Amino acid sequence: MTNLIRWQRPDIAIWPGFGRLTDIRDEIDRLFESPFAELANSSRLLSGWTPALDLYEEKDNFVVKAELPGMKREEIEVSLHEGSLSISGERKSEEKYESAEVHRTERFFGRFQRTVTLPSAVAADKVKAQYRDGILTVTLPKTEESKPKSIDVTVK
Amino acid sequence: MNTTVQEEVRPTVDRAARQEFVAPKVNIFETKDGYVLEAEMPGVTKEGLEVTIEGNEITIIGRRQTDATPGELLFRERRLADYHRVFELDPAMDTAKVSARMEQGVLTLTLPKSEKIKPRKIAVD
Repeated sequence: MTNLIRWQRPDIAIWPGFGRLTDIRDEIDRLFESPFAELANSSRLLSGWTPALDLYEEKDNFVVKAELPGMKREEIEVSLHEGSLSISGERKSEEKYESAEVHRTERFFGRFQRTVTLPSAVAADKVKAQYRDGILTVTLPKTEESKPKSIDVTVK
Repeated sequence: MNTTVQEEVRPTVDRAARQEFVAPKVNIFETKDGYVLEAEMPGVTKEGLEVTIEGNEITIIGRRQTDATPGELLFRERRLADYHRVFELDPAMDTAKVSARMEQGVLTLTLPKSEKIKPRKIAVD
């Protein structure tokens, strides 16, 4: 069965002050939509941190972009297993603020994991990952068999 | 005395409000020397950052680097809007000494309290 492109809800965040309310609404939307997502499964919906990610398909590659601000490269683990890409890690909270008075904590800390099932096979040894400005970009080249090929139609 | 950094929801009519914005997640801590505000804005670099203090308000605007989206989008969760958030300042802050640092999409603002507000030991002769 072909994979359906997920309907993209138009963004409604026009009022800056209501940004946080739309975040809660996003979480609830994801809770209801995820059983029907064929391409990606959000594991552990109710755990603290599920970083947002996008999946793109180019002619020769799949590209995954995940938002992981404020991490160190060593804290991010990327692995590929049987056609599924896993991004996980742990963001440690700053110790120097342990004794401070906390006014607001909206940022998540702790472990996270996201797994994305790729639509077709990729060459595991050629996968590249780059972390810049808080965004992790993983480029997964397709195997030769996965690339779209045009088939000539002959008419007899 | 209530000395917190509060966020104010206000209907704005300036140019910034007409564009679609998202509020970045923040952590705010208070130590005896001042406040530390961390705002998460992945995709924003120093060049896209605008922090302004006007009166008793601090406005943070973060413009994302527009990187071309590769190929065809199959699945999207990221919100690609720019960031905007306004905070009301504690009058005890020394606005002249605010410092900012941007690293891997996280803005860290250090807002020291004015010297005269800090608790100070007075030596007794």
